[in-house]
Amino acid sequence: MKISKICELVNGSIVCGESKKDEEVEYAFASDLMSDVLTVRSGNFILITGLANVQSVRTAEMSDVSFMLVCRDKEVTPAMIEVADESNILIVRSPFSMFRCSGILFKEGLKPVF
Amino acid sequence: MLTEYNVEGGDFTRAGYASSQIKKTLKNLNISPEIIKRVVVALYEAEVNIVAHAFKGVISADISNSGIKLVLEDEGPGIPDIDMAMTKGYSTASSRVREMGFGAGMGLPNIKDNADRFNIVSRVGEGTRVTIEIDFAG
Repeated sequence: MKISKICELVNGSIVCGESKKDEEVEYAFASDLMSDVLTVRSGNFILITGLANVQSVRTAEMSDVSFMLVCRDKEVTPAMIEVADESNILIVRSPFSMFRCSGILFKEGLKPVF
Repeated sequence: MLTEYNVEGGDFTRAGYASSQIKKTLKNLNISPEIIKRVVVALYEAEVNIVAHAFKGVISADISNSGIKLVLEDEGPGIPDIDMAMTKGYSTASSRVREMGFGAGMGLPNIKDNADRFNIVSRVGEGTRVTIEIDFAG
């Protein structure tokens, strides 16, 4: 699924990494617990999280995750954007809850990592 | 090639800096993405542990042709029962650490899972030393 399509579906806006909006992603993983994200062996997924701090972006960086969807309308801070830009990570911000984002994207064909 | 990084306890804004730098170095050396991910996930977990639990620490990364050896040595409270600390789900993390998305008692087991060789020694009231070795030839 194209990132621009994901954006549309979750009423999201791209906060950084706009140049990657036409890239595709097949899988998603939703968690506020970064320890859980770090146990996922693959990196080919979009991270759906309500945890908006530098460590969620660092976790994406270490996990080789190129796309993040920050839900619950959490503010994406300048410090987060700085780390994301450095690591070429796109961040989408959505006003919807994690359940709603996950439900919509699952229904539209985004796959779970397990 | 030996590099060292200082880590300050409690400084969550900087947590992950050393892991990020080492990731860049390994990428420049054309190490496979799968190996890099194992290295930086293990290292990042261990770096966050220093930030979460210790007063300060030093990370040393020794990269050779065959692999990487990471030693994380901290000055901190130490771990009274390492077997307990290695148990999935056991954690002594503060609420602040949990707010950062960690402290679920999964860090040390995940480090061990990603490492080819893993060792941890600790003295209560002094500190902890974690050694992680990962071979480049998978």
